[in-house]
Amino acid sequence: MDFWSFVSDRRQQLLMDTYQHASAVFQCMVVASVVGVGIGVLTYRNDRAGRLAIATTVTIMTVPSYALLGLLIPVLGLGVPPTVTALVLYALLPIVRNAIVGLRGVDPTLVDAAKGIGMSRAAQILRVELPLAWPSILTGIRVATQMLMGIAAVAAFASGPGLGNDIFTGISSLGSANALNQVLAGTLGIVVLALLFDFALVLIGRLTTSRGIRG
Amino acid sequence: MADRQRAVTGAVIELDDLTKHYPGSQLPAVDGVNMEIAAGETVILVGPSGCGKSTTLRMINRLIEPSSGRIRIDGEDVTDIDPVRLRRRIGYAIQSSGLFPHMTVAENIAQVPRMVGWSKARIRDRVEEMLDLVGLDPREFHSRYPRQLSGGQQQRVGVARALAADPPVLLMDEPFGAVDPITRDHLQDELIRLQHELHKTIVFVTHDFDEAIKLGDRIAVLREQSHIAQFDTPEAILTNPSDDFVSGFVGAGAALKRLNLTRVRDVTIEDVPTVTMDDPLQEIFDKLRERGGNELLLLDRRRRPYKWLRRGDLMRAKGSLARAGTLVSHHVTRDATLRDALEAVLTDSAGRVPVTGRRGEYVGVVDMETLLNSVHELLEADRMAALEHRHDLEEARAHQTQERLETGFAGGERP
Ligand SMILES: Nc1ncnc2c1ncn2[C@@H]1O[C@H](COP(=O)(O)OP(=O)(O)OP(=O)(O)O)[C@@H](O)[C@H]1O
Ligand SMILES: [Mg+2]
Repeated sequence: MDFWSFVSDRRQQLLMDTYQHASAVFQCMVVASVVGVGIGVLTYRNDRAGRLAIATTVTIMTVPSYALLGLLIPVLGLGVPPTVTALVLYALLPIVRNAIVGLRGVDPTLVDAAKGIGMSRAAQILRVELPLAWPSILTGIRVATQMLMGIAAVAAFASGPGLGNDIFTGISSLGSANALNQVLAGTLGIVVLALLFDFALVLIGRLTTSRGIRG
Repeated sequence: MADRQRAVTGAVIELDDLTKHYPGSQLPAVDGVNMEIAAGETVILVGPSGCGKSTTLRMINRLIEPSSGRIRIDGEDVTDIDPVRLRRRIGYAIQSSGLFPHMTVAENIAQVPRMVGWSKARIRDRVEEMLDLVGLDPREFHSRYPRQLSGGQQQRVGVARALAADPPVLLMDEPFGAVDPITRDHLQDELIRLQHELHKTIVFVTHDFDEAIKLGDRIAVLREQSHIAQFDTPEAILTNPSDDFVSGFVGAGAALKRLNLTRVRDVTIEDVPTVTMDDPLQEIFDKLRERGGNELLLLDRRRRPYKWLRRGDLMRAKGSLARAGTLVSHHVTRDATLRDALEAVLTDSAGRVPVTGRRGEYVGVVDMETLLNSVHELLEADRMAALEHRHDLEEARAHQTQERLETGFAGGERP
């Protein structure tokens, strides 16, 4: 059977996997962005706290995804919980690092001006510092999204959802009739998803970055 | 408009033994400043770099928390109130304009009114009004971003933002420090005009003494640790610096700088005989003859100075007014400083320049002699005033000492 007839045969299953893959990455990215920016906001003003935040997230990154899942399964069981936890943890590093870099890069005289005209600390962050750090944060989010696309495939190892299942099944039945087609379909699906997500993020960046600071 | 014409009067600021000791440094950066600034007054803090000007200024809106001492605004002790609320009542403008680059000009100006809860409609009107006030066309600049403005325009918007919620007090830290000299001159003129309308209490930091003279009702010359070397009117500081430090800071040419403080309208303006283009030639001849060698000033149809006519001029030009005489090359308005007038007189070949009114019409003439006399009189008057002032101060001090001796420092508290 050639690749395209394989795909149309398994359309239903493949679409379901693609949807679940996208949905898992999307939801994990939302959580990771909120948590990551939060960690950034809490730590950027303090040299030591900032370093600690980055060091911790770097350490998480150095653990192979396979191993991290293996460590999480005994604690969280199989399926969605270990997948989501692993994905969020992996996404944190680029987001935290870029949030800290972005927030530290805001011109101090602007923060002084914001404070000087009577903005509360919360208003300074929400109305001045975060919007100015936003391009940097968004870059972190893009990098993290690309990373998660690949890592999410590994989640099939923990019986997680998504296109990883096709790749895994294919690999484990290598030599059989449709094994290669299955691996190929899963991989291709991930590549297409990654491109679509990146495109969407670029679009979001355009819409949410003020014209006054766009490059 | 109604808002703008109402004389908004600033608030009294009192600094009472205000001190800032930065952690880790040996000496305080600001050591016990006492200062009382009247409502509607413009006070300039000048002094060498690092003497504590910014620290002093930033303690007034508590961007820097004082280590000790009190700040009172209109009698209210604000040293311990919520600093965020305090700052919304105090305009703040800084050197690099501090505009938020991701917000439009209108959004920048709207920040403080928004925070204090004005309605949308009121904010919209106010933004327009503020842009008008600082001389920027609202239609053109409303939706621009700061990076689409020149340095001078940014600075204007910065001032508009500081004034948007109509605070009684305005703090400015070298607001014109980063623009070119010509723009700076314009911005200074604008500020003078603005202050003329608004009567805010302004505390302005600069290290440019000429700027201080131009803008200040009073100038505080500070030495290190914000110790006040002299706190007085520009005239008094120029003509009677209290010590070598101050005279060093005033720099050379104090008498020349004094010329910047007086306007042409304050000195005697001479009258010269004038004729207009429409007068019959015969009358012009007659006037020239009866004045025996003197000149006539020929005015154009809108009574603006046009040409200087001498006796022989008309003959030589064979009676044609169009060809006779020398064109008026310089003139000054009544609002020009004496320094501008002197410049014009020195440049003029015959040492006199016409003074013009609001629409350029002839008002009179100043020449070298009147200028020199005026300057001498001014300097003499300044000297007398300063002596008197010093005498008053000494008397007051003597009186105080006397009082203290009499009460035997009872209580120790000031009334
Ligand atoms: N945050 C700080 N921590 C420690 N020392 C400081 C701090 N800010 C200022 N200083 C010191 O306090 C002194 C006064 O500084 P300040 O900024 O008030 O001077 P300034 O008169 O405004 O000078 P300039 O004309 O250069 O702006 C300086 O010696 C400076 O080094
Ligand atoms: Mg300073």
